[in-house]
Amino acid sequence: MKPGEEIGERENSFLPKVVNASGETIDSCYQCRKCSAGCPVAYAMDILPHQIIRHIQYGHREKVLSCRTIWICASCYTCGVRCPNKVNIAGIMDTLRNMAINAGGKFGEKNVPVFHSVFLDAIKKGGRVYELGLIVQLKAKTREFLKDTALGWKMFRRGKIRLLPPPFSSKKEIREIFNVCEKGKRG
Amino acid sequence: MKEVSYYPGCSLHGTAREYDESCRGVSDLLGIKLSELKDWNCCGASSAHCTDKDLSIALAGRNLDIANKGGRELLVPCVACFSRLKAAEAETEKEGVPIRYALDFFSDEPVIEEIKKRLVRPLSGLKIVCYYGCLAVRPPQLTGVKEYENPQHMDKLMGAIGAEPLPWSYKTDCCGSSLMLVRTDIVKKLTGRILSMAREAEVDCIVVGCPICQANLDTRQGELASETGETYDLPIIYFTELIGLALGHRDVKKWLSRHIVDPVKVLSARGLI
Repeated sequence: MKPGEEIGERENSFLPKVVNASGETIDSCYQCRKCSAGCPVAYAMDILPHQIIRHIQYGHREKVLSCRTIWICASCYTCGVRCPNKVNIAGIMDTLRNMAINAGGKFGEKNVPVFHSVFLDAIKKGGRVYELGLIVQLKAKTREFLKDTALGWKMFRRGKIRLLPPPFSSKKEIREIFNVCEKGKRG
Repeated sequence: MKEVSYYPGCSLHGTAREYDESCRGVSDLLGIKLSELKDWNCCGASSAHCTDKDLSIALAGRNLDIANKGGRELLVPCVACFSRLKAAEAETEKEGVPIRYALDFFSDEPVIEEIKKRLVRPLSGLKIVCYYGCLAVRPPQLTGVKEYENPQHMDKLMGAIGAEPLPWSYKTDCCGSSLMLVRTDIVKKLTGRILSMAREAEVDCIVVGCPICQANLDTRQGELASETGETYDLPIIYFTELIGLALGHRDVKKWLSRHIVDPVKVLSARGLI
């Protein structure tokens, strides 16, 4: 790059996109690391929350969208309420997950995105989430057939597991909501 | 009789049945009529907002439209649902009915007064810690809770029914929420910490107001015990169940029988059941 030449849209289109979609002032982060210090799940992340913000500022799109962190974030909002610059980091994580899904590609964490897609399928089909159906679908997708079967039996004996899907008569309306949102994404 | 709209959400029709039953039971004793929203749908929590913002607003928004037609205040016991409904309200900027999280609703001064008037069995001698979790307090722009690092409203409510809430430092720490089924290892790490801190405070139980917190704290104690060799047997009780007990509701034992860690043992040791 020549001296005096401006960094153009081509070099860093990622930052303005995340800012637009999240509505957050990512520029105001000065790396105090308070978000990472208070994050209860930071230990399981591959990139710490304050580093995610830095990578966005630098326009490192691939790195951010393919990392494990965005799927480990439990949306507890501890980071955002403690941020001295009022950056809602958990909200940005939502934006990044949205972007990672729309981009396709490989996710940095295996089963969390599977859980979300099974969960949304359940709502799309039935309008409400029917826990037993959800768990059966989840097991089929993650191939973890034996996980939590003893616990499931205990819960069943205590009347906590519903055997039949709940009644819901506006399924068409819910499918329409999904159709509109899916069309919006494609368009 | 006061009448409010009621949005139970999916968990309360399944794994959190006792929260639904105790909400209805307590409301009944307090003369509050709950009208369940007709044909409500899942609010989308937590997967919709994690994956598609427009979808999360639309799913929650449909329920708000139904509630707004009814014109009555909307009572929401599940804090994840509450958070999504409030987020949709903020996003759409529509003037609608007040959306009230059950803990906030029952902590209102007039409701506490009503509860005190009808106390038949004050829970004296019961040592508890109140666990608020995340979404009951955060983000404060949505919840309206001012003391979000050290909230007091559940402690006050529990004090009003005679229980003894102790101070502790894990009131608003995350339990791992929706990672429960796919990253159970993380949930166990977080709940293990919360349970150990409560144990250190030497309490009889942890009181909660969220079906996800309840499930995460209640269902993994056996595994935690066998993995660490430590004792984990703290009952995780909904605040509505304890209000029901203090008001002498006849179904309390049925509600408590649905828990994984048995709460009856400690309550009977305190002479409360």
